[in-house]
Amino acid sequence: MGQFTPTPHDPDARGHFGPWGGRFVPEALIAAVDELATEYDKARLDPEFVNEFKRLLRDFAGRPSLLTEAPKFAEHAGTRVWLKREDLNHTGSHKINNVLGQALLTKRMGKQRVIAETGAGQHGVATATACALLGLDCVVYMGEVDTERQALNVARMRLLGAEVIPVKSGSRTLKDAINDALRDWVANVDETHYLLGTAAGPHPFPLMVRDFHRVIGIEAREQILEKAGRLPDAVVACVGGGSNAIGIFHGFIDDADVRLVGVEPGGSGLDSGSHGATLTAGTPGSLHGAMSYVMQDDDGQITEAHSISAGLDYPGVGPEHSHLKDIGRAEYFPVTDAEAMEAFALLSRTEGIIPAIESSHALAGALKLGPSLGPDGLLVVNLSGRGDKDMDTAVKYFGLADGGQA
Amino acid sequence: MSTLSDVFAAAKAESRAALIGYLPAGFPTIEGSKDHLRSMVESGCDLVEVGLPFSDPVMDGPTIQAAAEQALSAGFRVRDLFDVVAAVSDAGGRAVVMTYWNPVLRYGVDAFARDLAAAGGLGIITPDLVPDEAEDWMAASEAHGLDRTFLVAPSSTEERIAMTARASSGFLYATAVMGVTGARDVVSSAAPALVARVREHTTLPIGVGLGVRSGAQAAEIAGFADGVIVGSAFVSAAGESDAAVRALAADLAKGVRSAPATV
Repeated sequence: MGQFTPTPHDPDARGHFGPWGGRFVPEALIAAVDELATEYDKARLDPEFVNEFKRLLRDFAGRPSLLTEAPKFAEHAGTRVWLKREDLNHTGSHKINNVLGQALLTKRMGKQRVIAETGAGQHGVATATACALLGLDCVVYMGEVDTERQALNVARMRLLGAEVIPVKSGSRTLKDAINDALRDWVANVDETHYLLGTAAGPHPFPLMVRDFHRVIGIEAREQILEKAGRLPDAVVACVGGGSNAIGIFHGFIDDADVRLVGVEPGGSGLDSGSHGATLTAGTPGSLHGAMSYVMQDDDGQITEAHSISAGLDYPGVGPEHSHLKDIGRAEYFPVTDAEAMEAFALLSRTEGIIPAIESSHALAGALKLGPSLGPDGLLVVNLSGRGDKDMDTAVKYFGLADGGQA
Repeated sequence: MSTLSDVFAAAKAESRAALIGYLPAGFPTIEGSKDHLRSMVESGCDLVEVGLPFSDPVMDGPTIQAAAEQALSAGFRVRDLFDVVAAVSDAGGRAVVMTYWNPVLRYGVDAFARDLAAAGGLGIITPDLVPDEAEDWMAASEAHGLDRTFLVAPSSTEERIAMTARASSGFLYATAVMGVTGARDVVSSAAPALVARVREHTTLPIGVGLGVRSGAQAAEIAGFADGVIVGSAFVSAAGESDAAVRALAADLAKGVRSAPATV
């Protein structure tokens, strides 16, 4: 099955996955999302587009990414664990798959300007990279709080030629960066593509972003069959907006015996109210263009998410995850900041791989799931990104600068 | 009972466009917003749009964003909205609500329509709800006798303008510029063209908003539209004083009376 082959799991023509998804956007943007949907429908069936995308994934991003067994980490999980190494992609995470696809689509639509939002800066850096490669103008909206927390990524984006605009409204974090990107898009839609970084937003973004990341699951399925001789019992991925998870899930979605497990940011614990576990603790609502589970109060005001991982710090989630949860095809549970940081340190020490704190949530999920599967069980964990960007957080969390030990 | 058609018919009978003023409920305070809205009515607004403050107002520029933030941080609740609408109705004014869709979803679409109608509200303007996704709202508005104002934009296709007009009642909202709310110095050149396109598809009154702040601009828009919608300028005035709100409404009311109505 090809990466862009339509599936029985695709949304309807207006982007609905069951009651989820759709288009809850101002009329002014409908023409743009219609144009995008039409262009994507053509591109996904156009061998020239597909081949150019595959060429960039191979020759620029470094795909296929490896599947690495993690035997010493696995001793702690009580079951066999393989890691899908998205951390080895150029720019250090799965994000590059989607930005290369959308940047190519931007060129195809004859647009010259790209805008993007970013939280921790991974998607912003990936977008700035793709724009540098393809000669597109790039503007990245980033919450002012995040520009301070992630000054190095701001510098990387600027080095790559992007303009970084600190967002001073609202909570000055990721959701406000998306708000400002949407405001820019409404005003400049003729020449601008909004390169959304996750499988959320109005149709066709959830479908399109998922498809650009399906390569993760397609590769992982082939690799695990070749290396382990069988399908895994479960595929585990972290879920913020949910793009890496939906990408790897789709490689296995028709394998009914493979559990699809999404691990959410539990922050300081669900009881604390300080978390980002949208699917576990959220309620139905519309945010940033789609119906999905969202974190909101009784009045429908969106509440702030909290996670030690800036990349998971988002009060919404992609609509297909809401659908997969409702129909019972995927399961979701949270792990806390502390559990994620423990897994972060454990993988670093046992396997020589420093994972992103986002991906460390998936690893912590694997540590929880493992014992129930036993020594003959088999898990594939999506290691969605590398942890270099998280060293500041780790230094503070573990006191590494003062001779502390993780 | 008064309806939105009556509001536009009355203005048309005077050969002028209707003046529509916007203010978020709860800004600068709940009681303050009631006072300002009543002043807007007394000083010449034919209709007021009562905004529901929302945490993530993607169609709004800095002025309205800041007003919504202020209202929410002062503890504004959705139930207060109906109280503010009732204050306008009780004073003899006509009010619609302008709201992002998520708070309505959370309140319950039917319950929201029921409580708005009970407060004397005439309808809802829905900036981020297109008719394609409005099945529940169509049913609730029918059940409770409320008007539906959807938006059309310069980027709307003919097909979408026709579809949106069919789904609307009361009046259509034409966004004069591609962009967010906020006072601008010059009336968009896209507005007259958009209104002309919309008239090909409907006899509904057309209100034009986004960027209007002065009597002169109101007069210009009144030359081709049935309603002139002013938002951010009223929010700025409400941030100053009630006298500023009254002065602005009077200036705008003079503006809509200085140009002949189009149809």
